[in-house]
Amino acid sequence: MRPKLELLDKPLIERILDEAFQLIEDPGVRVAPYVEDLLRSAGITVKERVAHIPEALARRLLDLAPRGFCLYDRLGKPAVQYGGEAVHFDPGSSCLNILDPETRQPRPAMSADLVRLVQVTEMLPQFAAQSTAMVCNDVPPEIGDWYRLLLVLWYSEKPIVTGAFSAQTLHTLIDLLAIESRGREALRRHPRAVFDVCPSPPLNWSEFASQNLADLARAGVPAEIVSMPLAGATAPVTLVGSVVQHAAECISGITIHQLAQPGAPIVWGGAPAIFDMRTGKTPMGAIETAMLDVACSQVGKYLGLPTHAYLVAGDGRVIDAQVEMESGMSVVLGALAGINMISGAGMLDFLACHSIEKLVIDAEAIASAQRLLEGIQPRGVSLAVDLFAQTGLGGDFLKLKETRALFRKEQHFPSAVIDRGLPAPDGTSPDILQRARHRVDELVSSYQRHALPNEVEQELLAFAQREAESAGLEGLPGVLVPEFDHEPNVIR
Amino acid sequence: MANDTLSAMRQSIIDGAPEIASDLAQQALTDGLAPIDAINNGYVPGMHDVGEQFARGQMFLPDMMASAEAMRAAMAVLDPELRKLGTERPMAGVVLLGTTKGDIHEIGKILVGTMLTAHGFEVHDLGVDVAGEKFAAKARELKADIIGVSALLTTTMRNQKSVVDALAKEGLRSQVKIMVGGAPVTRRWAEEIGADGYAKDAMSAVALAQELMQQKMETTEL
Repeated sequence: MRPKLELLDKPLIERILDEAFQLIEDPGVRVAPYVEDLLRSAGITVKERVAHIPEALARRLLDLAPRGFCLYDRLGKPAVQYGGEAVHFDPGSSCLNILDPETRQPRPAMSADLVRLVQVTEMLPQFAAQSTAMVCNDVPPEIGDWYRLLLVLWYSEKPIVTGAFSAQTLHTLIDLLAIESRGREALRRHPRAVFDVCPSPPLNWSEFASQNLADLARAGVPAEIVSMPLAGATAPVTLVGSVVQHAAECISGITIHQLAQPGAPIVWGGAPAIFDMRTGKTPMGAIETAMLDVACSQVGKYLGLPTHAYLVAGDGRVIDAQVEMESGMSVVLGALAGINMISGAGMLDFLACHSIEKLVIDAEAIASAQRLLEGIQPRGVSLAVDLFAQTGLGGDFLKLKETRALFRKEQHFPSAVIDRGLPAPDGTSPDILQRARHRVDELVSSYQRHALPNEVEQELLAFAQREAESAGLEGLPGVLVPEFDHEPNVIR
Repeated sequence: MANDTLSAMRQSIIDGAPEIASDLAQQALTDGLAPIDAINNGYVPGMHDVGEQFARGQMFLPDMMASAEAMRAAMAVLDPELRKLGTERPMAGVVLLGTTKGDIHEIGKILVGTMLTAHGFEVHDLGVDVAGEKFAAKARELKADIIGVSALLTTTMRNQKSVVDALAKEGLRSQVKIMVGGAPVTRRWAEEIGADGYAKDAMSAVALAQELMQQKMETTEL
């Protein structure tokens, strides 16, 4: 059996949904003018920018949303399965700062940092998907969202969790993906990316978010609702009350999305958190935050929808026992909850800072959680009797051929990031941060970029250079271009 | 008697009891207590206690919100009397507060406004999703001493810089101090964007505002 964690029983889920349906009708949901006509055309009353969505209609639209879909890698192979019990991980996204491994202080993230993070993520099988993890401070803010995607497309073949920062730039991001996929129709058939879209709590689909939902649906590019109730501040203080709000925000978002394009792929996702009543901060490593994620995704699974959550993040400012305790706990809880995509690895300081060193440590926690999900399985005719028949009471199991045949299936072997007593090559005893730094260096040095087809690279570069120039950026920081002499050259 | 009343006023703020705070203010006026004494020796010490307890982690945000509500209830009674008497509280400075463009979160900003008001600042709250140009225009109109810009999101904290830029563009930068705050904001970020200070919570925002006013006066004297 596969181990499983559930925090809500069926009657409570039904109550949560019942109240969520009540909320989307009264007081209703704030929406933007961009989708008002769409909603009215379906018979939804919209007064003073507040949509009052009837339960029966919302339920019909929920039924239209796909139960699952795939994200594809660059080669066109299905690589991430949204829906069912599949569990995948990707790094946290859109961070402005990086924890400098030398100074151990946060500093603004640059394009070179994102490239390094993408390369490390590419090398780690624990991450099924990349994320547009950092906002590069060496490019103008107005192009910050699509520039992240350019770098990920350039250096990675994995599916991507991304998102736009404005209604306008959404189309630039989709254009980049379409160039890589060789056309919008191909992108629709084999989407490589899912786009996070965030309602503003409580119950508010802003102009930007409303437009993103509708435009993504029409483009056939998967959308991932990231509802962020903050329990006690922008949502009810009780965990269950916040789960109700999360459900209402997701259902109303799916209503908009499915009205724009019935059957378009969408994810029941979120980044809920408690609101710390002492500091006003939103601790992502708090156990209650993880409980919210588990409960919110359980409601989505009850409806049969693909799910997402934001976990694996710690709140301390440096990589320490607190940060890894928080991250490790939430990895296990999210995995046991069967959440399809779990974002957040690598992040610390209340999501204000990314760390590539933390990312490789988190990857070890993820690998452990993935082992946990495999559960305990019988692997022979008997469970132990046959083996004892061979060893008797001497107990020399190490010599058995079954031991040699099965130990790799039974035991997960972590990398040298985890201290299992293996001696370091230089005889020293490096601490966790030193081991993580070494691992990052090792992964980056063994990374090899797989070039896109030449014509795709040229089109991608030409498009990016045109867009960058219009924002006043000369060159494309972080992008390597093969020259005619086959020597790599950095465009600056 | 007066001491008991002042002590009860202070306690009404600590308890976050608006009705009691209002009743005590009304009673104080009936008994002939000067409104300015009620404020400065009754209610403000209560707010100061609340701020200190909050900073020590002994009081929580909902408690502070309730205390702010009690303070507002008392001031609603006492302010009109102050105006009638022509005695105003010495004003510590004019502060404009707002959440930056693209951000609709305001709890932190409200708390800062409450604490600044309690400490004698004249606070104008511009609300949420406020563009840099609006901050600059209002700063000119109200002759603001300080602008406080809040941001809750990493994606919107960048817009705090647009406030600094807008003030510079309007030629107001030397006259108006800028302080920034919010969950993702750090002292380093404040320095990077050219703000004058960073406050991590409402109490430190008061201390910072007082320090910035001091700097401003010293500059003016020079």
